[in-house]
Amino acid sequence: MPSEALPLVPRGTLPLTAKDFKSDQEVRWCPGCGDYAILAAVQGFMPELGLAKENIVFISGIGCSSRFPYYMNTYGMHSIHGRAPAIATGLASSRQDLSVWVVTGDGDALSIGGNHLIHALRRNVNLKILLFNNRIYGLTKGQYSPTSEVGKITKSTPMGSLDAPFNPVSLAIGAEASFVARTVDSDRKHLTEVLRQAAEHPGTALVEIYQNCNIFNDGAFEALKDKDQAQEAVIRLEHGHPIRFGADGEKGVIRNPLTGDLEVVAVTEENQDRILVHDAHTPSPTTAFALSRLADPDTLHHTPIGVFRSTERPVYDTLMSDQLETAVEQKGKGDLTTLLTGNDTWTVEEQERRVRGADH
Amino acid sequence: MTVEEDGPAAAPGGTAKEVRRLDRVVIRFAGDSGDGMQLTGDRFTSETASFGNDLSTLPNFPAEIRAPAGTLPGVSSFQLHFADHDILTPGDAPDVLVAMNPAALKANIADVPRGAEIIVNTDEFTKRAMAKVGYDASPLEDGSLEAYRVHPVPLTTLTVEALKDFDLSRKDAGRSKNMFALGLLSWMYHRPTESTEAFLRKKFAKKPEIAEANVVAFRAGWNFGETTEDFAISYEVAPATSAFPSGRYRNISGNLALSYGLVAAAERADLPLYLGSYPITPASDILHELSKHKNFGVRTFQAEDEIAGIGAALGAAFGGSLAVTTTSGPGVALKSETIGLAVSLELPLLIVDIQRGGPSTGLPTKTEQADLLQAMYGRNGEAPVPVVAPRTPADCFDAAIEAARIAIAYRTPVFLLSDGYLANGSEPWRVPEVHELPDLRVQFATGPNHELADGTEVFWPYKRDPQTLARPWAVPGTPGLEHRIGGIEKQDGTGNISYDPANHDFMVRTRQAKIDGIEVPDLDVDDPHGDAHVLVLGWGSTYGPVTAAVRRLRAGGSSVAQAHLRHLNPFPKNLGEVLKRYDKVIVPEMNLGQLALLLRARYLIDAHSYTQVNGMPFKAEQLATTIREVLDAQ
Repeated sequence: MPSEALPLVPRGTLPLTAKDFKSDQEVRWCPGCGDYAILAAVQGFMPELGLAKENIVFISGIGCSSRFPYYMNTYGMHSIHGRAPAIATGLASSRQDLSVWVVTGDGDALSIGGNHLIHALRRNVNLKILLFNNRIYGLTKGQYSPTSEVGKITKSTPMGSLDAPFNPVSLAIGAEASFVARTVDSDRKHLTEVLRQAAEHPGTALVEIYQNCNIFNDGAFEALKDKDQAQEAVIRLEHGHPIRFGADGEKGVIRNPLTGDLEVVAVTEENQDRILVHDAHTPSPTTAFALSRLADPDTLHHTPIGVFRSTERPVYDTLMSDQLETAVEQKGKGDLTTLLTGNDTWTVEEQERRVRGADH
Repeated sequence: MTVEEDGPAAAPGGTAKEVRRLDRVVIRFAGDSGDGMQLTGDRFTSETASFGNDLSTLPNFPAEIRAPAGTLPGVSSFQLHFADHDILTPGDAPDVLVAMNPAALKANIADVPRGAEIIVNTDEFTKRAMAKVGYDASPLEDGSLEAYRVHPVPLTTLTVEALKDFDLSRKDAGRSKNMFALGLLSWMYHRPTESTEAFLRKKFAKKPEIAEANVVAFRAGWNFGETTEDFAISYEVAPATSAFPSGRYRNISGNLALSYGLVAAAERADLPLYLGSYPITPASDILHELSKHKNFGVRTFQAEDEIAGIGAALGAAFGGSLAVTTTSGPGVALKSETIGLAVSLELPLLIVDIQRGGPSTGLPTKTEQADLLQAMYGRNGEAPVPVVAPRTPADCFDAAIEAARIAIAYRTPVFLLSDGYLANGSEPWRVPEVHELPDLRVQFATGPNHELADGTEVFWPYKRDPQTLARPWAVPGTPGLEHRIGGIEKQDGTGNISYDPANHDFMVRTRQAKIDGIEVPDLDVDDPHGDAHVLVLGWGSTYGPVTAAVRRLRAGGSSVAQAHLRHLNPFPKNLGEVLKRYDKVIVPEMNLGQLALLLRARYLIDAHSYTQVNGMPFKAEQLATTIREVLDAQ
């Protein structure tokens, strides 16, 4: 699947394997961390892109997940807390021949780096942002994060956290994101499929990956992983398909005609024609947003996973390049002497005599 | 104002009006911030430049876009000094003040020496307007201006009258009063007028009626000067024929020169220019200017904040661009962390700081040199950054190229410390030949640079050039050089994460040694007879007033040496030796003695710090007095 989203990125000449994407650095996440599964999935998926490895760049911020670039045998930068989208924007907008990936976490992307994230999304820079959400601060040893549920007991909140969490998918849709998806670390197949669609998307793609921190927030997503619970908890979104879940698809999502909101119902003979058919490509973000609100933030029941939204709109880096080309078409390629000289000069002759307005 | 009596001469119009010849004049236009004083000053400057005088300008305006009309905080002014010889400053005090309203008079009169000319717009001297700024009685009538040569002119009425054939309201017609004033001053000083008329027609090309009204007002002002009895004398300031080496000249402001320097540096480095920036006074003009030059391949990115501005620039630097961020005062503070990362990544990056009054928001439109220590030390950890400072508006061009040279050659962030005075001030500039500019081309890494013990060829991103200590610049897209860099301490050579104590000690010292070893030109000392005991050492924008002060002292027979630093980090290698040659070193700065602190710490000399932090450049006379006191005490 050579990506069409990156027409200017050179293709690789040799077929690559996951091994080619493993760096020589020892991976230093805690044993059992969900990050291992994500790393393996990304390394396994990269060869599919068919891109020249040297034209792939991973940029991260700070946090456990942000160590990711060290383990990828591509170009990479482990930057500053929260700033990876800004740095990646500079790289992507100056080098259209690169495939630029951002690896970030819930603290990195949504706390200190919230501003850069939303602006990257609204600009639609050609970045693939992988947001590892474990609903906790790991690297600083267990404080609550901006996605932690209210009342979270942590070292910094012994009586429970007070602030309402962000829903990263809702936030991204609200920030004009053109591609928003959610997946889970332990579901390699689903994760890979979502990455595939993100890679194909021209513009900014935000992929929220639910990731287990087995040290500070173990089991945070158990409701979505446990076989018994998952059927009731997980809603798999597939473009063009009715949104049904539960054992034998006994539950579905319909739009309440009075409020316009979405709700979960038991599917019956009478209502099955009203089950919402998922349309990820519709330009309006309304339904995607409503889908992002279905989940209960505490129990995670009715959590949709998959691609919420995938719509095409102009890509920032392409627009920026187009302006440079247009400028050359309109004014000709810049000539330094002409620029420096300007329109209003005078000349001082050797014999120390000024010629007024000689160069007008 | 020195005056050579030339006797009555025939004015251009044929009426016999006296023409006097002057060697230099300082004019200050002052009015409400909505009165168009900056435009008026700019036009007079342009006329003066094309006439061939040497000149220096000082715009001075409030931070508010339109402060309440008629108030003291709302006064905007533009001072211009022009001469028949080379000059260095916008002038200490105006010879002519144009005051468009009572506030402008009140705000500026303290700077005007007795005997100077004052042109006032009497239409604005209403009871209410005068009361607003605390005049109980009209200063035009109460005798308080007796010591000046006052020209009361009903500028608004005359402008409205001149425009009566236009379909304009009285209010709209009155707006052209600044052009009437410009016409009057252009007559007084025999300025060429064609360029202003052409400028107005171009500026208002979409509103030909407004263009024509302004041209008519401008001409009416000229004619008023020529015909009215009140203006009996006009003045000539001959072109500064011997002040300039031969060449082609234009007038240029500091921010424009700096912008051109960046474009030129990118061309000479054969790298694309990338600016990541967030608007902030007084640096925004560079963003505006560079955004016009997309046909040079210049990419400008207006980021969501200061941090993203420098972040994007750093990302572009990683990708092989000549990357720049521009900012001022508080913006530098926000960029500190990213500058630290750039130090650690050892990538080229220019941080342009147009210093303004601080701390915090401070004085956004006023000048100061108080970011020197921030540029030097304002980061966590040992994070040395080279610092380059331009000395005059035109010098911003060369300083930008020099900063780029250092950044590219040594793979380091570099501070370029301009300031509000240089940014907005202007002076004649000899347009350089492109081939005279330094060659800044750089070689990206293309292949392995290290052989392992087993003979394997590998790429080590932190294997340094033994001369410069610069690490290779290996840009993404280069096959076989895939590598990871980051803000965690790196192992020497491999660049892999390393927490090893000895390695950290080595890397900290090596990064410092790289900056310390940057080759910069020796400091030139101007000591004409070699007998001076006192050295005046400045840096950055104080060059003009310091040099003017030194000239005055020498003209009076004093012996004083002068030197001016362009490189603040590293200092020129001969600086210590220069300092030790003099009994006393005077360091004038627009801060509370930051360079003096560095000199004392580094060279153990008792630098005599002379400081001013009023948001304005030094006045030459005041500096001369200070230096004279030190000389006298010797």
